[in-house]
Amino acid sequence: MSPIPGSGLAKGLAVTLRTMTRKTVTEQYPEALPELPPRSRGVIGLFEENCTVCMLCARECPDWCIYIDSHKETVPPVAPGGRERSRNVLDRFAIDFALCMYCGICVDVCPFDALFWSPEFEYAETDIRELTHERDKLREWMWTVPEPPALDPAAEEPKEVAAARKAADRHAAERRAAEDARPGEADEAGEDGS
Amino acid sequence: MNGALDVVLRLIAVFVVFLAFPLLVGQAEHKVMAHMQGRLGPMHAGGFHGWAQLVADGVKFAQKEDIVPADADRGVFRLAPAVALLPYLLVLIAIPVGPGEGAVGQAIDAGLFYVLAVMGVGVLGSLMAGWASANKFSLLGGLRTAAQLLAYELPMLLAAASVAMAAGTVSLIGVLDAFHWWWVPWQIVGGAVFFVAGLAELQRPPFDMPVADSEIIFGAYTEYTGLRFALFLLAEYAGIVVLSGLTAVLFLGGWHGPFGSDGLGWLWTLLKTAVLAFVVIWLRVSYPRLREDQLQKLAWTVLIPLALAQIALTGVVKVVIS
Repeated sequence: MSPIPGSGLAKGLAVTLRTMTRKTVTEQYPEALPELPPRSRGVIGLFEENCTVCMLCARECPDWCIYIDSHKETVPPVAPGGRERSRNVLDRFAIDFALCMYCGICVDVCPFDALFWSPEFEYAETDIRELTHERDKLREWMWTVPEPPALDPAAEEPKEVAAARKAADRHAAERRAAEDARPGEADEAGEDGS
Repeated sequence: MNGALDVVLRLIAVFVVFLAFPLLVGQAEHKVMAHMQGRLGPMHAGGFHGWAQLVADGVKFAQKEDIVPADADRGVFRLAPAVALLPYLLVLIAIPVGPGEGAVGQAIDAGLFYVLAVMGVGVLGSLMAGWASANKFSLLGGLRTAAQLLAYELPMLLAAASVAMAAGTVSLIGVLDAFHWWWVPWQIVGGAVFFVAGLAELQRPPFDMPVADSEIIFGAYTEYTGLRFALFLLAEYAGIVVLSGLTAVLFLGGWHGPFGSDGLGWLWTLLKTAVLAFVVIWLRVSYPRLREDQLQKLAWTVLIPLALAQIALTGVVKVVIS
């Protein structure tokens, strides 16, 4: 019970009046495009240069909406007399967005950073079959992927940077130790670092 | 001939006001309510900030099929929207906007009696609709309307009686002629009671128990479609205009203002009416619906004692100053 009767009623009126004087939160969508944060789950873009056809995304996809076809090609040996290397070449990469449930597991499991979330969301179709988008379309969407947001001021540094720095530090230390001891054996350390 | 022309012109003017002002209030409600909730409200109809939204709504309503339920009492069912709407038009005729003969549809000697009596008829429309729809939700809504009418008509009349006592007349123009600025603090309690009771009679939130959509769909209006439903909605907004106008005239001094009340008095009336209409919308946005028992309790244990106290105060002050 409030000390002054009716003060709760007045408070209610004050809240609505204050809200009226503030800016509204409505987005005027068709006229003004919304500003979506990076990693918004709009559509999945494919950075196909990074794709190794490991099929992890297709296998982890809970509703099996990723289609991947590939074939194997051999590349000539790097050094003369060496063995021929084989590598996978991507023939088809398609995502059926009629099935996709935007869980993002494919983006998470991709070990080669070939799949990305793009905030692009205006790809409605009038036919459900046209929602299966092929690699060229997915590659196009890759251009709409925004830069990831900067880290918080006091955040831990990214794992890959930390790992790289650790490796570089170790190399520098090894090289220094090697140079100090025997200048001739520095090559071994240099090989690892290349 | 001149007299007849005069009457026709006045009636046309009142009719235009009757059609235009409720739409203005409705549009204001769209926009004010939206902004009070952090939204924009209608933005597309008509191009500029959705000014034509209600016109579009009207067109939509006009296109819809007019359905009368099979078991309904057809005549009463069809008549109900007119009974709900027309009294407000008749009340509007008697509300003086500015000083003099030119600013009122028809000067009526017993204006206060007239407006209160006719406004009570408007609620009858909801009752008829509730009874004639052959629908238990409608009937429940109609009964709630009846209970609300019984509870709130009394404080409304008592509050109005207080003003009549103060002015010594029941003519609306007479009340305004007798008005002094200190009447506002003197009659403020009566004014509040009148306004709240009027809101309850219009079944406006927070007193919209008779149309509580989460419990009884839309009360007495459940079975209505198309234009007849639109007429009920129009009646609600016409009721807001009439209630705000009456409160402005009876308790806030109508055309009297701090300045410019000789030539531009009607502007003061309109301004006060508009502010009160805004308050009606504001209350709707701010407060949740009262429960049925809370609704009755408010009327019988708060508003009626307050109205009686106001009458006592009016009587004492009247005796002291005379």
